[in-house]
Amino acid sequence: MEWRDEGIVIGVRRHGENDVVLELLTRERGRHLGLVRGGRSQKLRPVMQPGNAVDAVWRARLEEHLGEYRVEATAMRAARLIDDPAALYGLGHLAWLVRLLPERDPHPALYETLGIVLDALGDVRLAAPLVVRFELAVLSELGFGLDLDECAATGARTKLVWVSPKSGRAVSAAAGAPWRDRLLPLPGFLSAESRGLMPTTEDVLAGFRLTGHFLERHVIDPRGIAPSEARGAFIAAAARER
Amino acid sequence: MPAVTGPEIERLIQLLARVPGLGPRSARRAALQLIKKREQLLAPLADAMRVANERILTCTTCGNVDTVDPCTLCRDERRDPTLLVVVEDVADLWALERAQATNGFYHVLGGVLSPLDGVGPKDLALDRLVARVAEGRIREVILALNATVDGQTTAHYVTELLAPHGVKITRLAHGVPVGGELDYLDEGTLAAAMRQRTAL
Repeated sequence: MEWRDEGIVIGVRRHGENDVVLELLTRERGRHLGLVRGGRSQKLRPVMQPGNAVDAVWRARLEEHLGEYRVEATAMRAARLIDDPAALYGLGHLAWLVRLLPERDPHPALYETLGIVLDALGDVRLAAPLVVRFELAVLSELGFGLDLDECAATGARTKLVWVSPKSGRAVSAAAGAPWRDRLLPLPGFLSAESRGLMPTTEDVLAGFRLTGHFLERHVIDPRGIAPSEARGAFIAAAARER
Repeated sequence: MPAVTGPEIERLIQLLARVPGLGPRSARRAALQLIKKREQLLAPLADAMRVANERILTCTTCGNVDTVDPCTLCRDERRDPTLLVVVEDVADLWALERAQATNGFYHVLGGVLSPLDGVGPKDLALDRLVARVAEGRIREVILALNATVDGQTTAHYVTELLAPHGVKITRLAHGVPVGGELDYLDEGTLAAAMRQRTAL
């Protein structure tokens, strides 16, 4: 078995003295692990940093084996982000999100989005709304996508300002008014009407509250996993950008 | 491979093979050398290991390993009490001491934040670090952590943790190593070196 693909480094785990198990999000094969011989060498260590893009060749005798990677860096993002705390927290959170995906399950659209979000991480104002969108995309890929384009009650496609915390569907201002205390605010930049506009910090924080609710409801609680610690730190950095 | 010696020697080989730098074959060679030089090497080594095992302590102040607590470095009155160097591991402390790179006191975190390995703030010696800084004698904390994503995430976390105490916080420079040739450096290191250039 052998294939070649592009990938983004998600994490690295030590294996013995000199080798590492590399975790990549690949374009065609999704989250995929493999052994890198000599991965702890001075030459390969800088490549094995989360966020970097690599050209990877995976080889194994049988498909179900861990296999071995041979990698070459194509974009060394980690070195650019390493001085920026917000970017590092963002990187940590994105890696946490990608790890929610099942192994060897392709998500090419998510791969594309991840590259875009990583390239924007140096500017937290630009990156924060993209991270919210990435969280929505991960929820969608996991089968818990939110419907933010149409009112669940009336079918209206305008003035959508709420989201039902149970169904994950948008609710219009008029239809949601009697239950406003129980609904989650839908920030404008996530609704079809205002998509593309640069959101305010308040909108971004509302976006994180929205995605945070559904991550907890559909992923963290059912799986019994610890929430992403980096997420809180990244949101705090985004909040400081008021 | 079938065992060619008794279980005692096989056990010695197996244990030696777990030492960093030794594999099964080199462990076998090392064991054979120890057996051949039984009086000069095996007996003193066994004795030294037994004594070390009995006496080694982890310093309750800095986290270094020594046979006394506080450790020799923490007892050294010639060191600068206003300077604290934070390292990931005892190996890093020893490396800095070998290089005689600093005259400050040390603090060993015992790891770095790593979501993949499940290492969070509670797993590191951060409470002790904050307590040492809160004593008020320290003026500068040097974060001598690895230039990796995990190492620098930890450095930023520690910086935020110590911010209320008003101490100066610095970290090691990233850039061209001594003897390094620009042509052979990865672009990330080159970019970091360019950003952190200094005036001559």
